[in-house]
Amino acid sequence: MTVELGQISLLAALLTAFVLGLLPMIGTYTGNRRFIAVSTSASLLQCLLVIISFGILTAAFVFQDFSVEYVARNSNSLLPMGYRYSAVWSAHEGSLLLWELILTIWIAAVALFSKRLPEVFRARVLAVLGWISVGFLLFILLTSNPFGRLIPSAAEGLDLNPLLQDFGLIVHPPLLYMGYVGFSVAFAFAVAALLGGEVSRDWVRWSRPWTLVAWAFLTIGIALGSWWAYYELGWGGYWFWDPVENASFMPWLVGTALIHSQAVTEKRGAFGNWTLLLALSTFSLSLLGTFLVRSGVLTSVHAFASDPTRGIFILAYLGVVVGGSLTLYAARAPKMIQGGGFAGVSRETFLLVNNLVFAVLAAMVLTGTLYPLLIDALGAGKISVGPPYFGLLFTWLLIPIVLALPIGIYSRWQQDSSGRLSGMLRWPFLISLMVGTGVWIMQPAIGFVSAAGVTGGAWVIVGSLFYVGHLLKKKSSLRIPASVLAMTLAHVGMGVFLIGLSMTSTLSTEKHLRMDAGDKYEMAGYTFEFLGTSIVRGPNYTADQGEFVVTRNDREVTRLYPQKREYAQRGNTMTEAAIDPGFTRDLYVSLGEPLDQNGQAWAVRIYHKPFIRWIWLGAIFIMSGGFLAAANKRYRRKMTVKQPATAKTREVTAS
Amino acid sequence: MSRIFPLLGFALLVVLLVVGLKIADRKTNLPSPLIDKPVPAFDLPVLASPEQRVSKESLLGKPYLVNFWGSWCVTCRAEHPVVTELAKRNAVYIVGMNFRDETEDAMAWLKRWGNPYDVSLSDFDGRVSIDFGVYAAPETFLVDPSGTIVFKQLGQLTWEVVENEILPRVASMESGN
Amino acid sequence: MTPTRKRRLIAVLVIITGVGIAATVAMKALNENMLFFVSPTDVQEQALPAGKRFRLGGLVTDGSVSRADDSLAVTFIVTDGLQSVDVRYDGILPDLFREGQGIIAIGELTPDGHFEASEVLAKHDENYMPPEVADALAKAGNVETEQ
Repeated sequence: MTVELGQISLLAALLTAFVLGLLPMIGTYTGNRRFIAVSTSASLLQCLLVIISFGILTAAFVFQDFSVEYVARNSNSLLPMGYRYSAVWSAHEGSLLLWELILTIWIAAVALFSKRLPEVFRARVLAVLGWISVGFLLFILLTSNPFGRLIPSAAEGLDLNPLLQDFGLIVHPPLLYMGYVGFSVAFAFAVAALLGGEVSRDWVRWSRPWTLVAWAFLTIGIALGSWWAYYELGWGGYWFWDPVENASFMPWLVGTALIHSQAVTEKRGAFGNWTLLLALSTFSLSLLGTFLVRSGVLTSVHAFASDPTRGIFILAYLGVVVGGSLTLYAARAPKMIQGGGFAGVSRETFLLVNNLVFAVLAAMVLTGTLYPLLIDALGAGKISVGPPYFGLLFTWLLIPIVLALPIGIYSRWQQDSSGRLSGMLRWPFLISLMVGTGVWIMQPAIGFVSAAGVTGGAWVIVGSLFYVGHLLKKKSSLRIPASVLAMTLAHVGMGVFLIGLSMTSTLSTEKHLRMDAGDKYEMAGYTFEFLGTSIVRGPNYTADQGEFVVTRNDREVTRLYPQKREYAQRGNTMTEAAIDPGFTRDLYVSLGEPLDQNGQAWAVRIYHKPFIRWIWLGAIFIMSGGFLAAANKRYRRKMTVKQPATAKTREVTAS
Repeated sequence: MSRIFPLLGFALLVVLLVVGLKIADRKTNLPSPLIDKPVPAFDLPVLASPEQRVSKESLLGKPYLVNFWGSWCVTCRAEHPVVTELAKRNAVYIVGMNFRDETEDAMAWLKRWGNPYDVSLSDFDGRVSIDFGVYAAPETFLVDPSGTIVFKQLGQLTWEVVENEILPRVASMESGN
Repeated sequence: MTPTRKRRLIAVLVIITGVGIAATVAMKALNENMLFFVSPTDVQEQALPAGKRFRLGGLVTDGSVSRADDSLAVTFIVTDGLQSVDVRYDGILPDLFREGQGIIAIGELTPDGHFEASEVLAKHDENYMPPEVADALAKAGNVETEQ
């Protein structure tokens, strides 16, 4: 058929990427404007070619061409149409092609929407992105070609892993990659700045919207992954500190530091080196994450089929990209500490705390993730690092951030007084204490740590909202700048997340038990009555479906239908949990295993999870804040090289 | 000078990862300690007719492949077309070693996807697979006419491996005799 | 300039102290949460202390799984081909738990020599075997098949 065209298209894309990497860069050094102009057309052409390639692979899935090995391994004639589309990125080769597709889309976007950037700078940004693309295309073509044929052709496919036949798989990877890959733009901006020796802060302002959008996507991508694990895996867990999860979390942590650092550098000129380094590190961590989950170096239940030879390639790529950029940084980064100095109590200080803590958090997660490898390499045994390590550090390190957040919002740049700040934050402080204490009194089972967490979340939310109120009062008008709104939204999201996390971690109840048809179990005021199971058929599976009636105070709340599915093709068994979602609690039931011959006695898991939705709700707020901040019209003004401090910089400063 | 730290830190990380890759490589390409050793003893019932048995002695005198598989094994399904093609060409005697599997499931699997094996044996409890050092499926061993293991394929058999490793060895065994 | 220098010095000291504390806490937490992988042979041949959590990996011996009638308690035997360990677990076993397949159990040894598991993890697909288990099996297998 035509799948080989997909491969040819990729080859053409590789050539285009080479041209993109080479000519514009040369042009910026020789002054050849025609070479520089190549950057736009090459970017767009590259994108088109990869879209074609991706489209051909998708078509192979949709039309069920089992002569393509990748399709045969991940699809099946019974697979519903919707999943045929998402099956494209369900395994290593296809997901890499998705990675590359998204990269070329970002590159095309930069080519189209930064026409107002200085020509030389823009050309270098696109050239750097071109080189990144070259590496990925080489990787795909040399080691991970999805277009390989199966000879002789398979009569039937192996089927998509049932765990992946789900809405989550459709959205989670694309959104995650939009973030993951999107940080390459901030990376390219930083490298271009280093190449040009720009000491001015303009490059930071130009890179901010790109960085914010990538960060927002990564936020929702990670949150989706967590939500997906929660309802798909059947045990009510939503985060496991698994190496694959950590691989996506580390860029997010550093990315959060980055967006804040960018703000300081743009407005005050300080933290210039921090911003450069963070920009380089965020994408480096994305690449590192890609390496870790595909090379076989780390064991994980989520990891793609591992292949050390692929690992060598990615590691070499990582070495060139990251090593090269860090060398450039070491050689070119301006001497530390320029830009405005600042006092002990100032906005800069609190943002510095932010930078530091997030960087340390990322380092801690990296250490925990790589520690087993280190111990194994030293021959000291095979270990795994348990989740409590990560949980403990995360809890402790969040404390300075949570404390500093509202204070930082209220702080003036450069110099402020603790007296003034404590005066302004008196009410948020008291309110949050009351909330925390109230929760503790009403639910003593929550424990001190989680109560403190709720207090912290309330502190962040109330502090952020009070700031808006303070601004409104000051200006005596109802116009709040969009940037403040965005910031508030994201910070409130953080508080909501924190409250959800705290509540659910100690107040969740879980019970595994044997239930016969007719048995009842009471949990958190709800009564769960098991009515037995029946057989149900799906498009490519057969299932035992249980029925549970949930009542509270003798009124029926809901009926839950958890399933135990058997997928014919692969012979896999899968648990499909039944969830009654709610703003203040989730009720969750899943079937374990049948305990007798006729399936009327089952091992069952029942959960009551208070406030768990707040975790993902918080993430949605954070994401929205990120997108809103990126939409700031300020970024779309004509990009002049030198911009004097305008009234805009004062607008977000409290005074 | 502190600008060098990130680069140095990264260099250390790369060292660790390179070591990690070597370890991972060792794990997936564990060379079989059985190469050039006599094939482990076995005396197993035939899958379809258990009253018949095949032992390692009865297979002496010709080269043969031992392919460990199970109906529960997804990758076995992936390599099946290759095994089938090999069988079609009659290049070498293929012994199917079904292990840790219910006989009915195995028979159903063969019926559904086709039976490429010259003989199918049932290693129900997996004792023989342990003797062969099999820890994942599929695994394929090439045994020479004297009963010595000359090649092992860990994981899926691809046509490339068949062409580059198995067929040449079989050819040299047959011409050597 | 001196007050600024002093402020910077304080800032640097605070940062170093903070990072130092974080690093110390981290190392301590790492060491406390490191779970070593142990094979059944290691369990039987070495004196492992009771009460220390570790990961036990191996194959589930065929025919060894036995469930209690009235609760979720289950017992089974884990082996690496050479030695075996009795495992006891109270709870729902993962979907891919099957006799003859590789599993990893997290828990501790009791004074009477059996393994009390708090968590049982099975491979997430039929062909994936935790590398540690594979290594242990290969090691045990090698010793046995010297012919």
